[in-house]
Amino acid sequence: MTVLEVERLSKSFPIKSGLLQRETGRVRAVQDVSFSIARGETLALVGESGCGKTTVARCILRALPPSSGAIRFSPQEGTTIDLAPLSRSALRPIRRHIQMIFQDPYASLNPRMMVGDIIAEPLLVAGVPLAKRQARVRELLELVGLPPAARTRFPHAFSGGQRQRIGIARALALDPTLVVADEPVSALDVSVQAQIINLLLDLQDRLGLSMLFVAHDLGVVRHVSDRVAVMYVGRIVEVAPTIALYARPRHPYTEALLAAVPKPDPMLRDAAAAPRGEVADPANPPPGCAFHPRCPHAVDRCRVELPELREVAPGNFSACHRAEELTLVGVA
Amino acid sequence: MVEAARRVLSVRDLVVDFVQDTGTIRALDGVSLDLHAGRVLGVVGESGCGKSLTARAVLRLVDRPGRIVSGKVLLDPGAPAQQELTALDPEGEAIRAVRGGRIGLIFQEPMSALSMHYTVGNQIIEAIRAHSGLGKSAARQRAIELLQEVGIPRPETRIDAYPFQLSGGLRQRVGIALALAADPEILIADEPTTALDVTTQAQILALLRRLQRTKGMALMLITHDMGVIAQMADDVAVMYLGKVVEFAPVQQLFAAPRHPYTRALLRSVPNIRAVPRERLATIGGAVPHPESRPTGCAFHPRCPEIIAGRCALEMPPPLPPDQEGASCFHVMPKMMVDA
Ligand SMILES: Nc1ncnc2c1ncn2[C@@H]1O[C@H](COP(=O)(O)OP(=O)(O)OP(=O)(O)O)[C@@H](O)[C@H]1O
Ligand SMILES: Nc1ncnc2c1ncn2[C@@H]1O[C@H](COP(=O)(O)OP(=O)(O)OP(=O)(O)O)[C@@H](O)[C@H]1O
Ligand code: SF4
Ligand code: SF4
Ligand SMILES: [Mg+2]
Ligand SMILES: [Mg+2]
Repeated sequence: MTVLEVERLSKSFPIKSGLLQRETGRVRAVQDVSFSIARGETLALVGESGCGKTTVARCILRALPPSSGAIRFSPQEGTTIDLAPLSRSALRPIRRHIQMIFQDPYASLNPRMMVGDIIAEPLLVAGVPLAKRQARVRELLELVGLPPAARTRFPHAFSGGQRQRIGIARALALDPTLVVADEPVSALDVSVQAQIINLLLDLQDRLGLSMLFVAHDLGVVRHVSDRVAVMYVGRIVEVAPTIALYARPRHPYTEALLAAVPKPDPMLRDAAAAPRGEVADPANPPPGCAFHPRCPHAVDRCRVELPELREVAPGNFSACHRAEELTLVGVA
Repeated sequence: MVEAARRVLSVRDLVVDFVQDTGTIRALDGVSLDLHAGRVLGVVGESGCGKSLTARAVLRLVDRPGRIVSGKVLLDPGAPAQQELTALDPEGEAIRAVRGGRIGLIFQEPMSALSMHYTVGNQIIEAIRAHSGLGKSAARQRAIELLQEVGIPRPETRIDAYPFQLSGGLRQRVGIALALAADPEILIADEPTTALDVTTQAQILALLRRLQRTKGMALMLITHDMGVIAQMADDVAVMYLGKVVEFAPVQQLFAAPRHPYTRALLRSVPNIRAVPRERLATIGGAVPHPESRPTGCAFHPRCPEIIAGRCALEMPPPLPPDQEGASCFHVMPKMMVDA
């Protein structure tokens, strides 16, 4: 069953300049993005800074109004609602089914609230009575591996990893249908990051979470996701099951990303060739395939014709004109 | 083992305290390490373990309420011209000639070394002139060459750009050009690619490696990323709570890490070759704050190999500088057995 289906989602922001702050152009942060998430599935959204990952996440949460496209969400079997055109008041009853885990465990917790109250807040808003709230908070603390005594302490008494656990407990309080996690482990030290990754894996198993996992670290993504969508300058360029994408990428940008990851093995040095050039500016993307100025496989057609995302192998989608003829290198 | 490359810098038993109302924090607790011409020393460890502070202490940039309590930093150790940086006035002429002169510095955020208000060219030209006798137009010519060397396209026009007009990757290249302005023998790079995307990181690392090799510089590369260490370092110092707990050549460190912390750290790194949904090995708890440093071996509350009745009470012997080994009761320091 599909929990979320995003179809041709676009979002642009005005570029304003001059004294009168007149609009002089638009940043096309997200363009024609389509993907779906099945119940119990974790889809990772990866790509480099500014490619539009957070903008996609914020549109799904309706923290931003999309410019166009559909965001079909199924809070339960048999009900599907397009969130894109909904008003604030129409959204309110649905919002509880989609929860967010943030990157920064320091900024996202109110320092003046006790941890128990932070976790109980969504329950309070949903009108859950006190006794049930308290029982649920105890259950959630246990679920994320925090001691019951954490309830009456303030966020400053906790380390980064523990704060991230608090944020996760809060996100899970109302048994959401979909969890959107925007770089939830990027700010953590490796030893703590490993603990939180394992916690997310446990929660996926125990609760059958459906998750959109926004990240830029391909190592982290490999551990937690079932499928991966790769974005470049506002567009999805490849979507595939995790193992398939790493073993045999179908888009040259995915290949470049995998090659650029510094491998934690000193015997495998210099194997990575850095791609030339820089990430394109979403306010002024190159014509045709936006990756063409950096792509070692570009041909004339790439400079003029925009490649559409299409299925090039079963379950494997690529937006490259040459996806079928190229044999790209992944990691074993 | 380290070959007989020339030692250009020695740090010996460096101790740095921060005095606060709540008590004194010992942030560096006896750090010793050596830099060698033509070699890359990787310094790795989790947040707060003292990597940046070590670099800042070397250049006498420890700000109040921080204070170097004891220990030495020697430039050209053992040479007739040996200079004890720890004996210099931190504001004086002598240390300033070293900073940005014989020792170049690259930061995580290039904007912390660059000014918003001057063009890239002005800043590099000034750095060149401060450490050489070049005239204005010769210095400008040299600045253009430097920008070219660090891979900035169209350097003749980019030289007149302001830093904010450049992308993060280009700015970091300018930061590197600035650090190279005085032709340093030693380069200290503190997380030079942490703020960058992977493809840009790969470019910058390749650039640093090429420059380090062609100029025979000693590079101290600070990072928390074991992947970057594996790709770049010749030797590695692993830090934990203000101490170097393991030192080894890079292959040795990855093939047979000696310290339980290094072993745990290596196992907890997410790998792009992992079996999907595979659990990572974890280290219990988090790095303690130096304010509440554990007794005995500072790693003992998290150590899976703790020796009961010993590790919590006694400090394992510190690592002799520049010798392979680990500061742990399970590990005897490897003596000089090489042929
Ligand atoms: N509120 C806004 N107003 C104007 N431009 C915006 C706004 N939010 C995002 N953008 C632009 O949209 C593009 C996509 O940004 P987004 O934050 O979605 O990227 P991202 O993939 O999440 O990057 P990162 O990895 O750095 O978090 C960027 O060029 C960004 O500058
Ligand atoms: N201004 C300060 N006041 C008090 N303590 C400080 C100050 N600056 C640094 N410290 C202490 O020095 C320790 C080492 O800090 P340092 O910046 O060297 O860590 P690091 O290894 O570079 O970490 P990161 O990976 O986060 O950059 C910190 O844990 C902190 O306790
Ligand atoms: S469409 Fe052309 S330029 Fe784009 S990724 Fe494919 S081969 Fe490269
Ligand atoms: S000295 Fe003891 S506690 Fe410290 S790392 Fe070795 S075994 Fe672990
Ligand atoms: Mg983002
Ligand atoms: Mg640091």
